[in-house]
Amino acid sequence: MNAIYILWLREVKKYSRSRVQIIASLGQPLLYLLVLGFGLGPVYQKAGGGSYLQFMAPGIVGMAVLFTSVFSGIALLWDRQFGFLKETLVAPVPRIYVMIGRTLGGATVAMLQGTLIVVVCLIAGFRPVSLVGIPLGFAFMALIAIVFAALGTSIGSSLQDMQGFQLIMNFLVLPIFFLSGALFPLNNLPKALSFVTKLDPLSYGVDGLRAALIGSTHFGALVDAAVLVCVAVALLCLGAWRFSKIEI
Amino acid sequence: MGAMIRVENLVKKFGDFTAVDNISFEVPKGEIFAFLGPNGAGKTTTIKILTTLLKATSGTVEVDGLNPKTHENEVRQSFGIVFQDPSLDQDLTAWENMDLHGVLYHVPGKVRRERAETLLKLFELWERKDALVKTFSGGMRRRLEIARGFLHTPKILFLDEPTLGLDPQSRNQLWTHVKRQNEADHVTVFLTTHYMDEAERVADRIAVIDHGKIVAIGTAEELKQKTNATSLEEAFLALTGSTIRDESATSKDQLRQVAQMFRGGGRR
Repeated sequence: MNAIYILWLREVKKYSRSRVQIIASLGQPLLYLLVLGFGLGPVYQKAGGGSYLQFMAPGIVGMAVLFTSVFSGIALLWDRQFGFLKETLVAPVPRIYVMIGRTLGGATVAMLQGTLIVVVCLIAGFRPVSLVGIPLGFAFMALIAIVFAALGTSIGSSLQDMQGFQLIMNFLVLPIFFLSGALFPLNNLPKALSFVTKLDPLSYGVDGLRAALIGSTHFGALVDAAVLVCVAVALLCLGAWRFSKIEI
Repeated sequence: MGAMIRVENLVKKFGDFTAVDNISFEVPKGEIFAFLGPNGAGKTTTIKILTTLLKATSGTVEVDGLNPKTHENEVRQSFGIVFQDPSLDQDLTAWENMDLHGVLYHVPGKVRRERAETLLKLFELWERKDALVKTFSGGMRRRLEIARGFLHTPKILFLDEPTLGLDPQSRNQLWTHVKRQNEADHVTVFLTTHYMDEAERVADRIAVIDHGKIVAIGTAEELKQKTNATSLEEAFLALTGSTIRDESATSKDQLRQVAQMFRGGGRR
């Protein structure tokens, strides 16, 4: 248990020390929020959708959590290159503990980052419909963070070097974001697109966040939570398996 | 006294390539044992098998009487290791690196802090204990790795080319510390190096390995006598020939170079 804690603490410490990185990682969500939020706002309103900023803010929170958690998992590659991974692999600790500590650490960091984005959204004018929804929102944030930190760990354990990184970014992480309905409603989509969005775990995450924060949902909050829990369990198993196969 | 490390007919194959080809040797408790060999001779592979990072294809391996395959965690608890490449977390301080290691090796809190303090002082790092490792010089990092390796009072210390890239001062200091720990705590030391003078100076016995086979084993004197050489280097060349071994660069080596480029500036 101590091993899990110390590895979790390591992730959180490293995050809190990388101020430049924290500020840099706010850039992209801010662009989406401000440029798209205010740029597409009038069109969205005319189409009868209400406030676009209200609609997309949970999506941007989901995006921030997605990116941060996947990258914290892929940071395994850095540890492999800079050698620290070896230190944890020869330690007299079952590998599963090492994997759990890292993944929970990554998920925690992603939640901190998500919380920062919530604050930014509030400043930009986003208002949650009820206070009761806020803890529920954090619960969904945690689920998203665990799902994608576990995915990141699986990827990080499987890649040998940074060459695959662009591939993962362009063909996995960005599609997960764009297909999640973070930027557009999932209603009345073309059949093919609608099908793909249903396969994207982040769709359920963003939908859950919307259910909690703005009280509107596509799948229903219970379905969202159930899907996320199942995917989280599956990906944690995958991550543990991939991690156990690492050879230095 | 029993053998701390016992290897019998050890074979390790990677596909068709035989990295370690039927080697046998024993290292008694308290001995400093050196593995010498050209690049790609199988030194690091042997260390990785002894330290549970790789599984042997066949043969018997015992570390402190235990099989690394079946008693993974007990074996891991029994040794400390300094790898060929650095294995510190550069974004943590020296103290945090020590502390993290102590927790992973189940050293209780009070003992952990006391030992970390003693070792950091011994290796002359105490003043910099709260500085991030990325601000350390190569020699300081090496010293920290060795101090860390001693933290959980291991019975065996594995040193895989620990002095690679260090200046003569740091090398000298490092071996002095290792010798001192060896004499004080009877820690068994298993080391590999490319520097003949180091092997001659610190090692009780030397094994020369080439193409995965042990070609000679004995004290530095014995090796010299065997080959009618005046220096260990001459003996080494007589035993292993003078052709240069080039390992093909794998993607890992390329990344290692990239990592080294980054190392100067700090990461991310």
